[in-house]
Amino acid sequence: MSVKEIFDTMDYGTAPESAAEALAWLVDAGDRFGQFIDGVFTEPGKTFEARNPANGEVLAFVTQASQGDVDAAVKAARRAQGKWEKLGGPGRARHLYAIARLLQKHARLFAVLESLDNGKPIRESRDIDIPLAQRHFYYHAGMAQLMEEALPGRGALGVCGQIIPWNFPLLMLAWKVAPALAMGNTVVLKPAEYTSLTALLFADICRQAGLPKGVVNIVTGDGTVGEMIVNSDVDKIAFTGSTEVGRRIREATAGSGKSLTLELGGKSPYIVFDDADLDSAVEGLVDAIWFNQGQVCCAGSRLLVQEGVAEVFFDKLRTRMDKLRIGDPLDKSIDVGALVDPVQLSRVKGLVEANTAGETHVADCDLPENGCYYPPTLITGLAPSDPLMQEEIFGPVLVSCTFRTPGEAVQLANNTRYGLAATVWTENVNLALDIAPKLAAGVVWVNGTNMFDAAAGFGGVRESGFGREGGWEGLTAYTRPLGKAKPLAKVEPFTGSEGPVDAIDRTAKMYVGGKQARPDSGYSTAIHGRTGALLGHVGQGSRKDIRNAVEAAQAASGWAKTTGHLRAQILYYLAENLSARATEFAARIDAMTGKRQGAGEVEAAIQRLFTYAAWADKYDGQVHGVPIRGVAIAMKEPVGVIGALCADEAPLLGLVSVIAPAMAMGNRVVTIASEPFPLAATDFYQLLDTSDVPGGVVNILTGAHEDMAPTLAAHLDVDAVWSFSSSDLSATIEKASAGNLKRTWVNNGMARDWYTNDSAEWLAQATEVKNIWVPYGE
Amino acid sequence: MQTDRLDMKTQLPQVTGHSEVPRNPGMPLDMDWVRAVQANTSAIERRAATLPGRRSVKKAYQAAWLLKAITCIDLTTLSGDDTAERVRRLCAKARQPVAPALLETLGMDGLTVGAVCVYHDMVETAVEALKGSGIPVAAVSTGFPAGLSPFHLRIAEIGESVKAGAAEIDIVISRRHVLSGDWQALYDEMRAFREACGDAHVKAILATGELGTLRNVVRASLVCMMAGADFIKTSTGKESVNATLPVSLVMIRAIRDYHARTGIRVGYKPAGGISKAKDSLVYLSLIKEELGDRWLSPDLFRFGASSLLGDIERQLEHYVTGAYSAGYRHAMG
Repeated sequence: MSVKEIFDTMDYGTAPESAAEALAWLVDAGDRFGQFIDGVFTEPGKTFEARNPANGEVLAFVTQASQGDVDAAVKAARRAQGKWEKLGGPGRARHLYAIARLLQKHARLFAVLESLDNGKPIRESRDIDIPLAQRHFYYHAGMAQLMEEALPGRGALGVCGQIIPWNFPLLMLAWKVAPALAMGNTVVLKPAEYTSLTALLFADICRQAGLPKGVVNIVTGDGTVGEMIVNSDVDKIAFTGSTEVGRRIREATAGSGKSLTLELGGKSPYIVFDDADLDSAVEGLVDAIWFNQGQVCCAGSRLLVQEGVAEVFFDKLRTRMDKLRIGDPLDKSIDVGALVDPVQLSRVKGLVEANTAGETHVADCDLPENGCYYPPTLITGLAPSDPLMQEEIFGPVLVSCTFRTPGEAVQLANNTRYGLAATVWTENVNLALDIAPKLAAGVVWVNGTNMFDAAAGFGGVRESGFGREGGWEGLTAYTRPLGKAKPLAKVEPFTGSEGPVDAIDRTAKMYVGGKQARPDSGYSTAIHGRTGALLGHVGQGSRKDIRNAVEAAQAASGWAKTTGHLRAQILYYLAENLSARATEFAARIDAMTGKRQGAGEVEAAIQRLFTYAAWADKYDGQVHGVPIRGVAIAMKEPVGVIGALCADEAPLLGLVSVIAPAMAMGNRVVTIASEPFPLAATDFYQLLDTSDVPGGVVNILTGAHEDMAPTLAAHLDVDAVWSFSSSDLSATIEKASAGNLKRTWVNNGMARDWYTNDSAEWLAQATEVKNIWVPYGE
Repeated sequence: MQTDRLDMKTQLPQVTGHSEVPRNPGMPLDMDWVRAVQANTSAIERRAATLPGRRSVKKAYQAAWLLKAITCIDLTTLSGDDTAERVRRLCAKARQPVAPALLETLGMDGLTVGAVCVYHDMVETAVEALKGSGIPVAAVSTGFPAGLSPFHLRIAEIGESVKAGAAEIDIVISRRHVLSGDWQALYDEMRAFREACGDAHVKAILATGELGTLRNVVRASLVCMMAGADFIKTSTGKESVNATLPVSLVMIRAIRDYHARTGIRVGYKPAGGISKAKDSLVYLSLIKEELGDRWLSPDLFRFGASSLLGDIERQLEHYVTGAYSAGYRHAMG
């Protein structure tokens, strides 16, 4: 077109970014890649094609790793780990800093290669993915530097197996590799098979940075390679991807003792209140659902608009959509690029075509004839019961419904199995800060969306997975408390045929919803002392008792909203009442265990209550220093309802150690008492009754751990399960937990010294960190 | 009135090729609307900050866009030391903003700037110097830049400038009406200014750098449009902060809303601080994205700028020759 013609039409034309350098790098590498193991690239084996989704062209051939490759990579990582950890924080910091610098030096090469391989617009890879990846390495170079000072008593986990998705290939690599390396771990990482190239370029960078051999190993291939890593001799699996695969990994690693973090799917709500800056909220949606073609786990894909402004808002939104430009990812003026693969394209198509509800608006913009392109789409007028309001589409498709009140907005927002992120638009600070804590999500953005930074943790609740990436909260996922644990032997109950020690029979019941409850089974178990004397009977707990206790715990949700001060007061009161009956409890413990440690155990339990009473109003959140004008508030929230199998060997202290931190942080608990020595727990509910503990906050059941654990762990309305049972139940619990991907904390058959307390560990287990981003400025 | 309007059209040659834009008749002050509008500063800044990275025009497209920018320039001199000769020189540049040889290579002819903008005393000189060119003369008015002279004098000043031949009047609003929330007073003032302009188009200068918040900017924009402003304009060029992308975004979104409700297209003029060719491209893409192509025309969009043209000329020569250009190679205004 001539200048004159363009002058009249004022079209954009094209502004292509050159692919020459990136293609040259591939050619230099021979267009065929092996694995990066122990600091060198292996010879290419059986390969598959890495294609450009924008035009279907083959970019390179990548090797499908064999079992031998994975074994070699894990072995190399294992060999390198000790030395890497011993290098010390400052030593590792230098390496991470060098990687960050190199990522910066080769920024454009990475960006272009990423867009070629993934199909995302060059604007995004250039301005978002690559800078954030650099930032993660810089940030964690700092964390390495500070580790010894800031995290005393914590050490590396060991070898980390890391499996990352195709939507942010290099960025997800950075999120996984940087904190792992900073904390002294070594890694075996598998990029998604659609997008292996920037990970291989990263391997090249590791060589240039002089990273010791074996610290970073990269194996490529499809899901079967991922399975090999999951089943290999690693100490941790970190996975980002679909909820479906996450669930399988949870099941596969159950009982293995491998640490696990999962960052999974989402159907994140995007809530627009009637007092919002509507134009800005519309623009926010461009960044929420049309960012990276909507292939974002935390995409604001579920639009909830207040009724009074809905019509105006949808009009504005449709107008905005029609302005989006779709096409060649390497064109600098493109908003929406190509979906990652034809498989993904047909999946999105299929989901949308199957929908018959609501009104569909497809953006009125030109679509390239070839390549994996899908037009930005808006479906209004849906109801929560429509499948598209529940299922993750993972494409540029926005679904929507309206709401009437803030309360209804929260209900609709939380009406999902997921809980990754949420966005709230309002100019009313009262409303924003009231709503944010009520949303079931790991991240909440106020008047903005898809804001990320290495300093703020990212991760979800519910079936969006567990664990955080980034921030101080992310480091717990790559460290463990130092020290060696001893195996825990099964504690067997005593038997006997002696008569009762008390003249009057005392009936120990269960404690559910603040009331004593008979076991649903109608059966009781006799509890004998060492000498065989009958100490009493306890109910045989069953499925129904767990159901009732969980219902009672859920009904006591008001506990989470109480103040830390109030919870502290109640814990102190419990301690006070326990102290008053110390002699009686000590005698009871001694009678059950046949030892003389009762008095000491009671004293330790009182101390434990005091400790967590003290913490109740002091375990503060943080304000992260993120690079925006605004704050990222890392709020510590209770996990919810925690089911706990209490320690068998410490009948009172084991119970109190669970109850105290859980209560202090605002959780409700369903505890299952020490199986052989349950009577201290059943005595304890009298203290709960007299210490103003609201009904349902603490529920105490008795029974066989082995019978009760599967039901508790599988219960879909329980948010976490802890097990300190001496029965070998860790595998059972972790496997059953996969149903709703509840958090688990199990002992893996190892003993715990109940007389020492690690507040940091318990408090972290009793809380979730929610990062609330509040940009400000007038 | 019909003939008057045709006269006006002959004064604005840039309009040819487009359907005539009806003037904004204004509407009653709608306080519900004014009070309901919001402007979230952080979100607006983010949009403004990322826009330059989202749109990029290259090569022939860039050249064409830069030429478009020239047609939208209100070539301006507003200095205490302006003389008739200085203004004549500026007008000569306005008639021929780009060297004829360069223009010919680009396949363009008859390119002029959008208008020449001067103080009242220079209006007659400018009108005389631009005779036959079709380039309108804009006069800054109403006690520019502070707008604090007696009200009747401000009204009279408009009349004088119109009489002297100004086809466009750039008025300044009373910032105090905005800052004290007296929207009715702002509306009444703007109505009176518009009345005084008669057939001359009126641009309302909001002096956004003095309004304190973006919310005030959007409210003032709406009130001025309701009172009949043909254009809304950011600043006098004399405030410490002049045209910015966030302020522009807020104002053009107000224009968009006004159009959606009334069907009337109001023009936009950022002024002050836009001196680079690249900046002008970003502004044009902002207009294209938020308002649409129809606004990419001097009857609905102007740059208030004095040094922008020089940088655009250098960029155009670079496009034609491939070599970076020097300022002295282009005629001064």
